Amino acid sequence: MLFVKNLVKKFGDFTAVDDISFRIEKGEFVAFLGPNGAGKTTSIKMFTTLLHPTSGTIELNGINPVKDTFDARRSFGIVFQDPSLDDELTAYENIEIHAVLYKIPKKDRPGRIKELLNFVELWERRNNLVKTFSGGMKRRLEIARSLMHQPAILFLDEPTSGLDPQTRNHMWEYIQRLNREQQMTVVFTTHYMEEAAKFARKIIIIDHGKKIEEGTPDELIKKAHASTLEDAFLNFTGHDIREETASAADRMRQRRQAWRGK
Amino acid sequence: MSTIYILWLRQLKRYLRSKARIVGSLAQPLLFLVAMGFGFGPFFQKAGQGNYMEFLSPGIIAMSILFTAIFTGIDMIWDRQFGFLKETFVAPVPRSYIITGRVLGGATVAAIQGAIVLALTFIFGFRVGNWFLIPATLVIMLVVATLFAALGSAIATQLEDMQGFQLIMNFLVMPMFFFSGALFPLNGLPSILTIVARFDPMTYGVDSLRVLLTSAGGMALSPSIIVLFVLAAGLLWLTTVLFSRMEL
Repeated sequence: MLFVKNLVKKFGDFTAVDDISFRIEKGEFVAFLGPNGAGKTTSIKMFTTLLHPTSGTIELNGINPVKDTFDARRSFGIVFQDPSLDDELTAYENIEIHAVLYKIPKKDRPGRIKELLNFVELWERRNNLVKTFSGGMKRRLEIARSLMHQPAILFLDEPTSGLDPQTRNHMWEYIQRLNREQQMTVVFTTHYMEEAAKFARKIIIIDHGKKIEEGTPDELIKKAHASTLEDAFLNFTGHDIREETASAADRMRQRRQAWRGK
Repeated sequence: MSTIYILWLRQLKRYLRSKARIVGSLAQPLLFLVAMGFGFGPFFQKAGQGNYMEFLSPGIIAMSILFTAIFTGIDMIWDRQFGFLKETFVAPVPRSYIITGRVLGGATVAAIQGAIVLALTFIFGFRVGNWFLIPATLVIMLVVATLFAALGSAIATQLEDMQGFQLIMNFLVMPMFFFSGALFPLNGLPSILTIVARFDPMTYGVDSLRVLLTSAGGMALSPSIIVLFVLAAGLLWLTTVLFSRMEL
């Protein structure tokens, strides 16, 4: 489903992703973990065609995203770390735009939108502007939107950050249902180790752009001689506090601005 | 086409739902019409230049189009900062479709704004010379709007935040407006300002609208229209290239 081999991404002399390889099979539920600035978001940007790798290969649902970008884009859904909805449009309109962008036939759109909004329990609010929604409702709507084109793999970049425990619980219920009932492959990043331990069947830990470990939560806990996944994670990645550094793309922009003398 | 249409429609819906934006963007043209139209009108007439409101109104309509169309760029920076752009960037559609929809949407909004200001000028005594030329006027308004919506978007592809755009407003948009002949006739200006005005795309927009609405422009209509069409097409192409290279 998602096969990554010797993947590297450099921004100038900075290596954001450094020779990572792994395989994720169809129907797997995978947590992609790492401290701030480890290279998680840069990796997801490469998997989802937003960035080109410097070297290495990615195979997504049998497709090379670098060569067959549009086919690859039809294969995945993504919920970004930050909200990506249009607040001035209604819930229905936001999903409708997605449907048009993904060329879903006009006759299929109303039924599919209704099905998805019912799935995330937002059908009754379909005609409300998104700016009136809570953070949790926006996240649910983003999940519904990401599923509109029936992707084979779903990427979730810190989908529950900033949400209360009740909403987080609901979110994971939806995602687990998708994984269980539709065999949808799910790859998510999170800083909540208890979420990763509870929901992921496989965990990939990266740090400083390199893959550190890979295995089931139990395997990683055992390997680190720890009692919880959080302890195992800290054993693998260290206890030093990571600065909330700018993203790799931000660093590139900063260098570009410095070079221009701004 | 459906991609261009849905993104065009999005811009329109956002505009029509924002009553504050509609009213707010009418305040500035109204202020110019009242303060300058009535303030400088008597001096303009004494100087033998005719009715200042007749002269000023096409300039203010063009100003309204310019400022609203440039706002398309701010919209893009907003979408970049608040995420919607990412949704379009991972969609299986060419970037050229996305930017065309955005620019045409912004241009349509600006042209509507220009048409509203045209209607408002009648309250202040402006009279159209030839009503049969109104459809042509609306077309030119749309071309001018496309030109500046593309310019605003091209600039926005190179900027990270709103503060940068403010700089562009002060050092590019305001000079383009002031040296376009919107507020005062260009004949008799120092030669350096005449050259600046010649290189200012807004000059051709203001003059074309003035010719169409009052038959009293300073330049021949056909060359001005050709300049506007070429610049609009060229800037739309440049914006597409820059937008296609954008990284989030």
